[in-house]
Amino acid sequence: MAEVRLENVTKRYGGTEVVHGIDLEIAHNEFVVLVGPSGCGKSTTLRMVAGLEEISGGTIRIGDRVVNALPPRSRNISMVFQSYALYPHMTVRENLGFGLKIARQSEAEITKRVDEAAEILGLHDYMDRLPQHLSGGQRQRVAMGRAIVRNPDVFLFDEPLSNLDAKLRGQMRVEIKKLHHRVATTVIYVTHDQVEAMTLADRIVIMRDGYIEQVGTPSEVFDQPANIFVAGFIGSPPMNLLDAEVTSEGGAPVARLADGLTIPLPADLAVSATTGRQVVVGFRPESLAPQGHALHSAAQSIAISRTVVIAEPLGTETILFTDLAGREVQGRMLNPRPVKPGEVMDFMLDLTRLHVFDKATGRSLRA
Amino acid sequence: MTASTADAVPLHNRLTIEKPWQRWLIRLGVFVAMVILCVPGLWVALTAFRPNVEVLARPTVWIPQQPTLDNFLKIFGLLPKQQEGLPVLLYFTNSLVISITSTVIAILIGMMGGYAFARYRFRGKATLFLGFMLSRSVPGVALSLPLFILWSRVGLIDTPLGLIIVYLAINIPFTIWLTDGFFRQIPVDLGEAAQIDGCTRWQAFWKVEFPLARSGLASAAIFAFLTSWNEYALASQLTRTTASKTLPVGLMDFTAQFTVDWTGMCAMAVLIIIPALVLTFIVQKHLIAGLTFGGVKG
Repeated sequence: MAEVRLENVTKRYGGTEVVHGIDLEIAHNEFVVLVGPSGCGKSTTLRMVAGLEEISGGTIRIGDRVVNALPPRSRNISMVFQSYALYPHMTVRENLGFGLKIARQSEAEITKRVDEAAEILGLHDYMDRLPQHLSGGQRQRVAMGRAIVRNPDVFLFDEPLSNLDAKLRGQMRVEIKKLHHRVATTVIYVTHDQVEAMTLADRIVIMRDGYIEQVGTPSEVFDQPANIFVAGFIGSPPMNLLDAEVTSEGGAPVARLADGLTIPLPADLAVSATTGRQVVVGFRPESLAPQGHALHSAAQSIAISRTVVIAEPLGTETILFTDLAGREVQGRMLNPRPVKPGEVMDFMLDLTRLHVFDKATGRSLRA
Repeated sequence: MTASTADAVPLHNRLTIEKPWQRWLIRLGVFVAMVILCVPGLWVALTAFRPNVEVLARPTVWIPQQPTLDNFLKIFGLLPKQQEGLPVLLYFTNSLVISITSTVIAILIGMMGGYAFARYRFRGKATLFLGFMLSRSVPGVALSLPLFILWSRVGLIDTPLGLIIVYLAINIPFTIWLTDGFFRQIPVDLGEAAQIDGCTRWQAFWKVEFPLARSGLASAAIFAFLTSWNEYALASQLTRTTASKTLPVGLMDFTAQFTVDWTGMCAMAVLIIIPALVLTFIVQKHLIAGLTFGGVKG
């Protein structure tokens, strides 16, 4: 059993605090992805779990041990680095077996476990090669192999796919997921790529400026973003966000956009969204679809007629750029037909999937 | 216009010499440079194998007409009618002891210093590094008088230890500078990966970072050894007798008030050069850098 628990963990470099007292619990065998823009503290957090950075405050537990003062080698963790960090002077076999050799395992045991890892990752053909004679994808696999042979309590991945091209990245993403199913172990995975986060994670931790913005399953952070930052960060293309003011129309609360267009607000927001309140209304591109091309059949929607500025055909769908309340917004057209720029289309805005955030605090106003 | 065209051509194309006459011009340039560099050394080597009359002959005799080993035998006092030779073996031993000891210590300390500069952050790091480098800017000879006075007071004149300390002071800053550069080239990730794989910081250094820095350390060692082995100016001031005289200082034994034994001096110079050459050849393969390539990134 190896759950990982971070309690009020802080990191300071001199007088600058870069991680501000974060709390996080990761269950046994859970795959947790730390995601956020550069400089958000995700890699620092991972390195603190690894023991490569000292923590300035708080407690880190792996299993039932407090590991604050333990060196990396005593934490029973493995790490895959962004640069792979394969030992250049050792063959693939020696790279895989290095950790076991240091742990003074018998030759027979080393051979057995190295062969097992090679089998899982399909490395048998390159065992006697040096890292410099491997392709990027093969090096990546060796780095993962080196991590799994040691049977660690926790796997740490620090942006492991960043150096691969887009196609290989997709393949390796699937392999990492398969690997987690096969070698059930707790995983903490750092990335700045929200697609990786969404596809791999059991739970996503979204970080910004050394704070955790939201923790949740991929569908939770996608469907119920806690604030404007999460709403804008998760999802591709990103959520459309428009400034508005809450008013009342015929007794029901509505959001009035800058151009005067009013959007009826969901009933569960009525309490907190009082009249006159400045808010940000958010909706995902798939909630703004031309009539008959929507993803969901909305129980409640309004029609908005708009001129298409640019259309981006992607095969199964087309992303449509248009203007709303002086801002560029994106809509999503499923089962697309050819669309020309300048064409006026009737869009349906799905009101059941509307997000409303307080403009001052950025927090979601959904109950 | 010409310049912009040249800029547009990829670098490797610009460096390719297309015309034969250009290639020959470069070869000629290289030949002239090599002649300037090599002829003095060649002259020393040839003179070591010729009789004294040929040295002063007019016109110049380039290739020894009567090659002989007498000059070498003379040094060791092995000629039939010779009474005694020079204490070359003692000089050789002194040179060897002083050079090896100072090199080993300089490499050990310099390697640790270089690693610290490359890997750790500490207060005053840049100033300290600059200080080490500035110490190299002082010409060695300028130190000879202060060193002579200081060494005579503490009793280090004419001792191997005295010279070892001087050579350490010369070699350590240089070794630190050189190894710092090599350790910087080794990605920090490798040492960290080794620590995660179960190594202590020390093991990570010895098993991963040290083998990768070997070529750098080998070149640093050669530089340190050759500096100590060839150094003349300070050694000539700080040594007096066979207790500490090194081979380069021993060369002066061939000069008398009115004469210089050129052939003997050249034979001894050849003896001095041989170990340095052998060492360079042995360590040569480690000098080929690039071992760290391929371990990181794609």
